[in-house]
Amino acid sequence: MKFLSTALLLVFSLFYEVNAQNNNMALVEGGVYLPLYGTEDKLVKVDPFLMDIHPVTNEEFVKFVKENPRWKKSNVKRLFADKSYLNSWTSDTTFTGIKNAPVNNVSWFAAKNYCECQGKRLPTIDEWEYAAMANKDVPDARRIKSYNQYILNWYETPKTFNKPVGSTFKNYYGIYDLHGLVWEWTEDFNSVLISGESRKDVDKDANLFCGSAAIGASDLMNYAAFMRFAFRGSMKARYSSQNLGFRCVSDLKN
Amino acid sequence: MNFTLKYILIALSLVAISCNNSTKDAEIIAETSTESVAHTPISDMSIYNLPSNWTTQDGNDIELKDLKGKVLAMVMIYTSCQAACPRLVADMRNIEKQVPDANKDDVQYVFVSIDPKTDTPERLRNFAKENKMEDDKWLFLRGTEADTREFAAVLAVNYKRISPMDFSHSNIISVFNQGGELVHQQEGLGVDNKETVQAIINLAK
Repeated sequence: MKFLSTALLLVFSLFYEVNAQNNNMALVEGGVYLPLYGTEDKLVKVDPFLMDIHPVTNEEFVKFVKENPRWKKSNVKRLFADKSYLNSWTSDTTFTGIKNAPVNNVSWFAAKNYCECQGKRLPTIDEWEYAAMANKDVPDARRIKSYNQYILNWYETPKTFNKPVGSTFKNYYGIYDLHGLVWEWTEDFNSVLISGESRKDVDKDANLFCGSAAIGASDLMNYAAFMRFAFRGSMKARYSSQNLGFRCVSDLKN
Repeated sequence: MNFTLKYILIALSLVAISCNNSTKDAEIIAETSTESVAHTPISDMSIYNLPSNWTTQDGNDIELKDLKGKVLAMVMIYTSCQAACPRLVADMRNIEKQVPDANKDDVQYVFVSIDPKTDTPERLRNFAKENKMEDDKWLFLRGTEADTREFAAVLAVNYKRISPMDFSHSNIISVFNQGGELVHQQEGLGVDNKETVQAIINLAK
C-alpha cells in the first residue's frame, strides 16, 4: 500500500515536471509571507503553484487573437477593453515592436481569457507578490539592497516594455522578468483598496496605508511594492496600459 | 502509466471545455445581436455581454441577460456584514421608496453577494426575510467566486476578504438601463440619493 502511494506520488510529480517544462512553467513552492499591507500577525499562506517563466509575448498574443477573434481590437466589446487596447498594433493582427517582447495594452478581461484558453489562470496578488520576492539566490530578497535597487532602477528606465522576455534575471524559482520589463495583471487586482484614492467612504484598508507610512519612515524595502499596489488600485478591468502585461499560473493540485 | 494518461486526458478535456464555453457564449451573443430583430440588440457596453450564471435567493438559476428590459439598481454586499451593508440595504430601500408607483414595476433592485461561499440561497432568502425584502422587486444573487470577481470588475467595485468573516469593499450603488448599460453610480454610504432616484425615474419613463 505504502509502495503504491509512493509510486503514485512519483508518477504525479513526474507529470507535473513534464507539464511544467512543456509549458515553460516553474514550480513556486508555497509558504507563508508577510505582504506589504500586512502586520506581524497577518502572515498570508500561499499554496504551491506553477507560474509561466516569461510574460506572454506579442507573438503569443497574436496567435490567441487569431484563434479568438472576439479579442481583435476591431471586435472587442468596449465593456471588456477601452480604446487603448492594443493601442500600438497597426492592424488586428500586426503588432509593432519585437515579437518576443511582452504584450502590453491588454485589458484584464483579455488577459484573463487568454489564460483560461491555455487551461491556466491569472495569478492572485499574493501568488504574484510571493514569487516576485525572490532574487537570483533566495526566495525572499526584500531586505537585500541590490534587489530593491534593481527595481528602483527599472522604474527610472524608459520603454522597458519593448525588451525581449527573458532579458532580466532568472529568479530563485527559475522565473524571469517579474521585475524589469512590465507590470503584470493579477486575478484579484480589484481587491486593493487604497486610502485616499478618489473615492468617498470606501472602507479604508488601514493596513495598506501603514505600508505607505513605512516609506515616510525611510523603510525603502517596500517602496517598489507599494508602487505596484497603488497602480493596481488605480486600474479598472477594461483599462490597458503600455507598461502593463501579464503571465499565467496554474494550480498544482488537480 | 495508464492512470497518468487518463489524468492528462481529463485535464485536457477540462481545458477545452472552459475555453470553448466562453467563445461559444460570445458567438451566441453575436448571433442574437445581429440576427434577431425581435430582441433589441445589446450594445458593446452592456453587462449582458457577461456570460455568467447566478443563483437567486429562491434557488433559481438565471443569467444576467434574463434581467434585460428592466432598469436595475445594483449593489454588492455580503450577509454576514455588520458595518456598511445594513446601511447599503437601507440606501436601496430608501431609493425604492422614492420611485413613483407608476414606475415601480420597471425597476429591479439587485443585491450581488461578494461572499458566495457563505451566502447560500438559503442565507440570502433569510437575509431578504429579515430585511422585509421578499417582494419580487428585490433580487439576491450568488455566483461563482470568479464570476463575482469579474462582475465587481465591471462595476469597479473593489473588495477583499480581510478575515474569515469580513470583507473590505467599496460602497457603490449602480444604475443600469434596460439594455444593461451603466448609467449612474452613487458612491459612499448614506449620501444624498436624489441623483440616483432621478436616474431611475428618467430611465423608467
